[in-house]
Amino acid sequence: MKIPLSYSYRNLVTRRLTTVLTAGGMGLVVFVFAAVLMLAEGLRQTLVATGSYDNAVVLRASAESEVQSIIERDKAAIIASQPEIALNKEGRPLVAQELIVLFNLRKRGTNMPSNVTIRGVSPISLELRPEVRLAAGRMFRPGSTEVVTGKDTAGRFVGAGLGETLRFAMRDWTVVGVLDAGNTAFSSEIWGDIDQMQQAFRRPIFSSVILRLRAPGDFYNLKARLEADPRLPVQVKREIVFYEDQSKRMADFIRLLGLVLTVIFSLGAVLGAMITMYAAVATRTVEIGTLRALGFSRGNVLTAIMLESLLIGLLGGLAGLGAASLMTFFTISTTNWQTFAEVAFSFTLTPDIAAKSLLFGLGMGLLGGFLPALQAARMNIVESLRAL
Amino acid sequence: MAPESTPPILVEINNLTKSYRRGVQIIKVLENVCLNIPEGEFLALMGPSGSGKTTLLNLIAGIDQPDSGLLRIAGVDISLLSESELAVWRHRNVGFIFQFYNLVPVLTALENVELPLLLSELPRVRRRQQAELALKLVGIYDRKDHYPRQLSGGQQQRVAIARAIVSDPVIIAADEPTGDLDKVSAGEVLQLMTRLNQELGKTIIMVTHDPRAAERASRLQHLDKGVLNACTV
Repeated sequence: MKIPLSYSYRNLVTRRLTTVLTAGGMGLVVFVFAAVLMLAEGLRQTLVATGSYDNAVVLRASAESEVQSIIERDKAAIIASQPEIALNKEGRPLVAQELIVLFNLRKRGTNMPSNVTIRGVSPISLELRPEVRLAAGRMFRPGSTEVVTGKDTAGRFVGAGLGETLRFAMRDWTVVGVLDAGNTAFSSEIWGDIDQMQQAFRRPIFSSVILRLRAPGDFYNLKARLEADPRLPVQVKREIVFYEDQSKRMADFIRLLGLVLTVIFSLGAVLGAMITMYAAVATRTVEIGTLRALGFSRGNVLTAIMLESLLIGLLGGLAGLGAASLMTFFTISTTNWQTFAEVAFSFTLTPDIAAKSLLFGLGMGLLGGFLPALQAARMNIVESLRAL
Repeated sequence: MAPESTPPILVEINNLTKSYRRGVQIIKVLENVCLNIPEGEFLALMGPSGSGKTTLLNLIAGIDQPDSGLLRIAGVDISLLSESELAVWRHRNVGFIFQFYNLVPVLTALENVELPLLLSELPRVRRRQQAELALKLVGIYDRKDHYPRQLSGGQQQRVAIARAIVSDPVIIAADEPTGDLDKVSAGEVLQLMTRLNQELGKTIIMVTHDPRAAERASRLQHLDKGVLNACTV
């Protein structure tokens, strides 16, 4: 690079107002771009974190979620007797048959109804999910009309707080504890005794069977045997894959929608950068002619002008990313289209998203600066010097 | 007493023609110009507006290309050079002084003077030393960290002269170097150019309207309607 970086940088500082405005426009686009990716990543990580690599989930064949799955008691018993299932300290198999029911609860503040996942669980369920712990109160007593609620549910829904009472399935359920399941989907659920839930909802079936593998490699044997068993129309997935699949459709949609929006927005920002750079080139015609006269090549001039535009793009990228990073302090909730249940998640910023956002900003700078830089590089020296 | 040796011819121009196209109209600016400039000469080119003196200077300085004719400088026919070769040639052989100084406003005086050296292979320290030396030579070293807007016209032109000599060029091409200066500043700049010619032996080709500036030159050539003098080949 022959023309010094300070030339490009100081030109930006000299016309600082237009630089800031142009970079601001790009920053807004980068903000939307980064926020959308962070949203999709937040949803994905929340659901992926919900699963464990050592656990397997057995669902009815072709069911995409636990809500769509039905496993009868006799079939659940066959699944629970498989040799790949690990045992706990007491020698009991680490397997839990669970029931999922969606129920409408009203949100605090808005009083708007939203679907919440109610999960009928057995005592082994907690052992299968070490990331789930009791944050307040106590665990429900088996055989009682007591429930525990995830921390996001407790805070967001009327009657779901500790000591409050929820009414569903013709019964009143007392909330005796609040679960902290970190950034997992369990934080958006309500857990109660499986037998009580089956009776209350009159569903003498299970939605899924969750089990801990003795060794992660045992998954393939288990999957092959269960899926080939003519008595069992089931599918076996690693729990982590199951939850990732749950996020896929919605995360993909968020990403696609966001990318379409940002591409449209970015056209405006690129045009803005282009106008700024054309104006910058127009006011520096003599200067560019002088540089060429001194011996700087067309390539040197092109690089210097492109660098200026790239610096604006970088500035916009950093500003947008900085603003988007503040979004990590927010948690939002929405209905997951795959499970039809409300799930709460945070905007999640990853190094990959940060790099993509900066590259996006630089890309806008590159596109916005290319034509003006080309115009500058193609200027005739004599005509440029006469432009006073 | 030994006879004085004739300095070698640095610029050799023969039958040089240049025209510009304005729409469908072709305007002949220079017609069969012949001119030899010996090394170390201080040549002033005068003539009315539109006579082609700046065009001739631009051709000699390699920022424009002739239509036809010979244009040989220090043994190189620069009319045969490609655009990129010409850019390299300009950087190595020509120093420019413009009427309106043409300093880069966002660079300091020192950085402006250093600019041509960025095209050389010199390390940064050597570049700085050379630029500082050029500024000392033109007597404006104390303003090295000033931006052009912080300098007067005369001071800016001194910086421009320092930029023109910093890479030790063969020719200094000056286009109306005093055209934008008051009488005192113009006198100082001309004094400086005379010193460059007499003390450092620089070949200077200066376009001017100012007869007082032309008086400083060792030779004066008049151009009128693109014609300098008849060629006798």
